Amino acid sequence: MQTLTLTNLVADYGEQRVLGPLDLAIEPGQKIALVGKSGAGKSTLLNLMHQRWRHTGAALMPQELGLVPSLSVFHNVFMGGLARRATWYNLVSLMRPFRRDIDSILPLLEQLDIAEKCWTAAGELSGGQRQRVAAARAIHQQSDLLLADEPASALDGPMAVKVMAALTEAHPTAVLALHDVELALRFADRVVGIADGQIALDQPSERVKTQDLLALY
Amino acid sequence: MWQSATVRTSLGFVLVAAACVFFADLDISGHDPWGELNRLFFGLIQPSFANLDYLGEALVRTLAFAFVGVGLGAGAGLLLALMFGSRIVRTFCAFIRAIHELFWALIFLQFFGLHPLTGVLAIAIPYAGVFGKVYAEILDESDPQPAQILPFGVGTVTALIYTRISQAWPHLTSYTYYRLECGLRSSAVLGFVGMPTLGFYLESSFSQGHYGEVGALLLLFYGMITTLRFWVRPRLVPLYLLAAPFLLGSGLPIRWDNVTRFFTEDIVPAPLRNGEGLGELWVWLLELLSTEALPGIWNTLVLTQIALVITGVLTLLLYPLGSRHFTNRLTGPLGHIVLVVLRSTPEYLLAFILLQLWGPSMLPAVVALAVHNSGIIGHLIGRRSNEITLRPDAPNGIERYAYELTPRLYGPFLAFLFYRWEIIMRETAILGILGIATLGFYVDSAIQEIRFDRAMVLILITALLNIGVDILARYLRRRLHLRHTAKSEP
Repeated sequence: MQTLTLTNLVADYGEQRVLGPLDLAIEPGQKIALVGKSGAGKSTLLNLMHQRWRHTGAALMPQELGLVPSLSVFHNVFMGGLARRATWYNLVSLMRPFRRDIDSILPLLEQLDIAEKCWTAAGELSGGQRQRVAAARAIHQQSDLLLADEPASALDGPMAVKVMAALTEAHPTAVLALHDVELALRFADRVVGIADGQIALDQPSERVKTQDLLALY
Repeated sequence: MWQSATVRTSLGFVLVAAACVFFADLDISGHDPWGELNRLFFGLIQPSFANLDYLGEALVRTLAFAFVGVGLGAGAGLLLALMFGSRIVRTFCAFIRAIHELFWALIFLQFFGLHPLTGVLAIAIPYAGVFGKVYAEILDESDPQPAQILPFGVGTVTALIYTRISQAWPHLTSYTYYRLECGLRSSAVLGFVGMPTLGFYLESSFSQGHYGEVGALLLLFYGMITTLRFWVRPRLVPLYLLAAPFLLGSGLPIRWDNVTRFFTEDIVPAPLRNGEGLGELWVWLLELLSTEALPGIWNTLVLTQIALVITGVLTLLLYPLGSRHFTNRLTGPLGHIVLVVLRSTPEYLLAFILLQLWGPSMLPAVVALAVHNSGIIGHLIGRRSNEITLRPDAPNGIERYAYELTPRLYGPFLAFLFYRWEIIMRETAILGILGIATLGFYVDSAIQEIRFDRAMVLILITALLNIGVDILARYLRRRLHLRHTAKSEP
């Protein structure tokens, strides 16, 4: 993976400018936390990144998760790997999953403590469970770059840590929008603060003080 | 209350219907109508199951035609739904569904003859038009996000099936299931034009005065529809679909020269066929319009408006039968059964029976249309009322009906009624085949006189009339802010 750069990026909503103009360069291997209050433009930025880098295989975990409620947890996770298989394989798998996919997806679900829900429809799960399914799907995509919008917002302490660890371990490079300052400092090596659609802070996480972050909110 | 737009619109409809009554022929002219009704009633309580082969065949053929027709219609409808963004596809769907399955059957009969293909296509084609529209609406309501976040490089078919179709699946299957029930009614009715389904057996039992057999056929038909959800299980459907084509019967072979002649000669307007030029075509068309189309349209409209208003009145009287606010543990299931029987009776079948009893007039048609349609809407409105929670000290009885529930349900009620308007009109036209002077009567006479060119023009006019009413109903729903989507269908 090469350095990913955004130059002079802007986003408008009707007449209103919601983001930019801003410049940002992402080095391979970086874990970037996007912080800032809601409405600052974090989600917009992540979606723009996804549009721009989707063809390179970037995985997106949006805030609304984008699960298919009528499909089982297994199939929702399997969807992360659809591009690696032939159409006929995917269609057969919808009716009768292949052993080797089960063998690769079950350990992932076990890691996220949700293996017992493997064959439950995603629509029947609680918010926290659904978030773990979306994380598993992103991981199963086996992408170099993860773009995740509040990936642990519905999870409590230890489970949030577990999911964040799994996500950052599976993806060499990641951009994570996080409102939880503690998680941001723990799992990111670089913190980018967004305020009013502009980059208000861009520092390695060991140099960021909680004080600086609070100023953004 | 009189200032409300919905009330004024309703009053307008009632006044129009009242005016229509003056022009309608609603006499009972049958010979001993009540005696006939009595004999039919005894046939129902003393059904004769002696001729089991006969009854079994009627049932199996009805099922087979319904499964093959609805199956093909659903498959084609799904493909059409995926192309529904195109105006051409939308217009095509509106056109094929505006022609009733019995008209399709009459058309195919002329060149395929009594071949199973006639019955299968007669169901499959109009159903494909309906499925195309409703499937497209259902698919449109699915969340686009799962498709947006799919990994890059996923094929179109995979993406479609995993995201939009998977999300819509529960709604697609429940709607298809509902249409299967309609398909069973359509299949039964196709017997009246010669297909080997229930209507055929019913007509012959009736004409021979075997009321016990009539009773047995009707009871079996109700039994089949009321038990539908017990034997139509998702796992069994593929089995039924595979078996059904082999149970259609063989009918008579298709003569392909008939097919060619139908398209190249029979349906070409007579003046053109005889090389008389466009001037003569114009005269021919004017004559057809003034002597058949206009009287047919007039009678169709008169009958439709009366039937629509009576359907509405009957619905408002019947919906409490399906509402938990008016029934208890004992009367609830009973009310449900009444509504199921009403809506399971095909209008055509009921009109046929009433015509036998009461003689030819518009009355049997009005009663048949009102009974069937109020059964359907009453069931839907009753179900809607069950979603309403009343305050603990809400009044009871007639006051609960007049103050608490009916005002809240009136909007959905009108929405459903306007939705059925087009369907009632389509059925009204078709009831003409039974001898009531609506458009179907003129179509049927033209076919009997082997003047297919005239029949085709009349069928086209019927289709345009249906499309016109559909557009008007949609306009009224929008103007009165009545929401109606595919999901609010049963």
